Amino acid sequence: MVNTIYLDNSATTKPLNEVMQAFMAVNEQYYANPASIHAMGVEANDLLMRAREQVADILQTEAKNVLFTSGGTESNNAAIFGIARSNTHIGKHILTTEIEHPSVLETMKQLEKEGYDVEYLRVDRNGVISLDELRTKIRKETILVSIMHVNNEMGTIQPIKEAAKMIHEMSRAAFHVDAVQSFGKLAISFKEEGPDCISISGHKIHGFKGSGVLAFRKPVRWQPFALGGGQEFGMRSGTVAVPQAVALAKAARLAVETMNERANKYRQWHDEIRAQLDGYGEAVHVLSTPQGAAHIMSFSVRDLKGEVIINAMQKRGVIVSTSSACSSKQTKTSHVVEALHLDEHYKKGVIRISFGAHNTIEDIEKFKQVLAEVMLELKGENK
Amino acid sequence: MIWKEILIRYGELSTKGRNKMDFIRRLRENIRHAFADLGQLHIRTERDRMFIAIEDEAQMQTLITGLPKIFGIQSFSPVAACEKEMESMKKLAITIMETFKDEQHTFKVEVKRTDKTFPLESHAIQREIGGYVLPQFQNLSVKVKKPDIELRVEVRHDATYMMAQVIPGAGGMPVGSNGKSLLMLSGGIDSPVAGYLMMKRGVRLEAIHFFSPPYTSQNSLEKVKVLANELTKFGASIRLHVIPFTEIQVLIKEKVPSNVSMTTTRRMMLKVADQVREEIGALAIVTGESLGQVASQTLESLTAINAVTNTPILRPLISTDKLEIIDKAEKIGTYETSIQPFEDCCTIFTPASPKTKPKLEKVEHYESFSDFDELIERAVKNREVYIFPKKEEQQQDKFADLL
Repeated sequence: MVNTIYLDNSATTKPLNEVMQAFMAVNEQYYANPASIHAMGVEANDLLMRAREQVADILQTEAKNVLFTSGGTESNNAAIFGIARSNTHIGKHILTTEIEHPSVLETMKQLEKEGYDVEYLRVDRNGVISLDELRTKIRKETILVSIMHVNNEMGTIQPIKEAAKMIHEMSRAAFHVDAVQSFGKLAISFKEEGPDCISISGHKIHGFKGSGVLAFRKPVRWQPFALGGGQEFGMRSGTVAVPQAVALAKAARLAVETMNERANKYRQWHDEIRAQLDGYGEAVHVLSTPQGAAHIMSFSVRDLKGEVIINAMQKRGVIVSTSSACSSKQTKTSHVVEALHLDEHYKKGVIRISFGAHNTIEDIEKFKQVLAEVMLELKGENK
Repeated sequence: MIWKEILIRYGELSTKGRNKMDFIRRLRENIRHAFADLGQLHIRTERDRMFIAIEDEAQMQTLITGLPKIFGIQSFSPVAACEKEMESMKKLAITIMETFKDEQHTFKVEVKRTDKTFPLESHAIQREIGGYVLPQFQNLSVKVKKPDIELRVEVRHDATYMMAQVIPGAGGMPVGSNGKSLLMLSGGIDSPVAGYLMMKRGVRLEAIHFFSPPYTSQNSLEKVKVLANELTKFGASIRLHVIPFTEIQVLIKEKVPSNVSMTTTRRMMLKVADQVREEIGALAIVTGESLGQVASQTLESLTAINAVTNTPILRPLISTDKLEIIDKAEKIGTYETSIQPFEDCCTIFTPASPKTKPKLEKVEHYESFSDFDELIERAVKNREVYIFPKKEEQQQDKFADLL
């Protein structure tokens, strides 16, 4: 689509040219299997190690604690299953939140079937968990706490640092953070924020779909779930996708280098759009809070289905999404929206816009204008 | 900048008698060598401690990260200084204690007043500083005997000095204080650890490696170079002698029955090593052998292999378990390199069932039909020598565009 303005970066981002070039170059020159012992394999392995070190530096851990995966879902699955299944000698109690991504929640459901005791922390109207509730729920037998850093639908930021401190003081549990939506937008590292395990995804930071990282603060008791040739220190077998890994390392570096500059821009856009939305009064309910992440803005139009608004905007060349792309094909209200205990009038019409590195101020101006038109057009249906 | 110097406490040296000054001089030279990049360091030595003057924060950081690797240091402390005046002293005490504010600690102030003209006596200074610092830190509680942190204050003639942090050193003795030995470096896990342990006892090392192209690859040689380079981090340069060993190995394979070929291979290696040792003026040969680990490391095998020389063979790992060795290798940072999967000279012609109890007379008998000595001479003469530490940054640049 020509002149399309893409504001669905939380679903996926367009890869950066630099990242695509690196990906091509690696496929052309360093295509050897990094596990091979011939010169080309050794070279590919050297490159892979450099990519690993680069990611490790950003997250402030050591290279041997960084695993390349196929994306956020695999990272989350591997972290949760891996930690849960190898720590049953401590207990079977797991804590997470009710607003996690399906790749966490579905994994938890599976563990519940296997006899684990999973408890879900509630969130307040702003989508934030309560540290007091966390404190009361942590037990001696808690083996894993999994909390997302930034919520993919709302942009809510969870108090990761405080949670990490509390979890480590009160239990032997490992703390997993799903940082898929926060990495490259907010600072996160093992040293500063203090989790034990972090998931990140390549395609949310202008890298490729099919690439991700699962990183640890230090080696933990963890059971691999891809068995085979013993690649990735035996923790994830399968020939390592060197081009994906290098592309991810590059995307991660660029994301972190431009983070502050982008954050300032996003914050400004966020505020401008919020001001416009507030102007619609009762007709619009803004879900994202000013304390949330700047790159995600979600709101709901009273008594309208989200799909209607998306279609109307799309006709005018602006791509936005419903609350979450991952579950947008389902008809029921998203679990995140449910967790906010929203007024019935606002449950169906949730729209999410999310910014990326390619967006410009012109895009935002166009969005605001189109939003105004659409709101006017749909007013009649908006009882 | 508040930091003035780093105080170094000697390790085992303090127990040495007459040779002590030699040890101290050696340690000083090793420190200079390890930090050659920092330019000429100003180092003052005393009988029980050594002081390195600090010029700026960056230099201080480099020293703090590097000193724990140098043998002969028991512990060291960054020392701050200020004017001999109570207000400045209190302020400095606060600045130093700030660095410990994240955890609960027990604490006391210890004062030494070298300058007797200072108006307050030690006890008074102690009370004042302690009384000032304590209420400002919730994480501190006083404990007089064995506190976690001892804030030491010294009122000297030129200024007041303070320290609180005691960073453990590597212990051992300064490399070079116990003569030179030749390390047989295979590329496996054990030999670098053996080298490390000897360095810890003050032994200066050169290394020897047997290279059998085309049976062993350039990769396996590169790996050994990386290991040699790693070992130089512990305080001294290392020369690596690479022996062209193919001819000898092929001859052994052809002429010696396979079940004793391994014993003969080891004997020939030791002969070569012994000649190199003599040429470089080393006094002993170091190996990574550990009793019973493989067929060549049974007492019978060791006896048969050892019979080619009277030179002392030092085997620092002889009584350690494989797991202990791996643990050590991980700690000193050689493990990752060692486990790279390349054939080395010890594995290429390994017979299916080597004798674990070879008879010396038999081995000698089989060897007697071939002239190994000439090949050994040639191998020793044609060896290549590499000097480490070596800076290799080219690879970094090669990938820079991609990352």
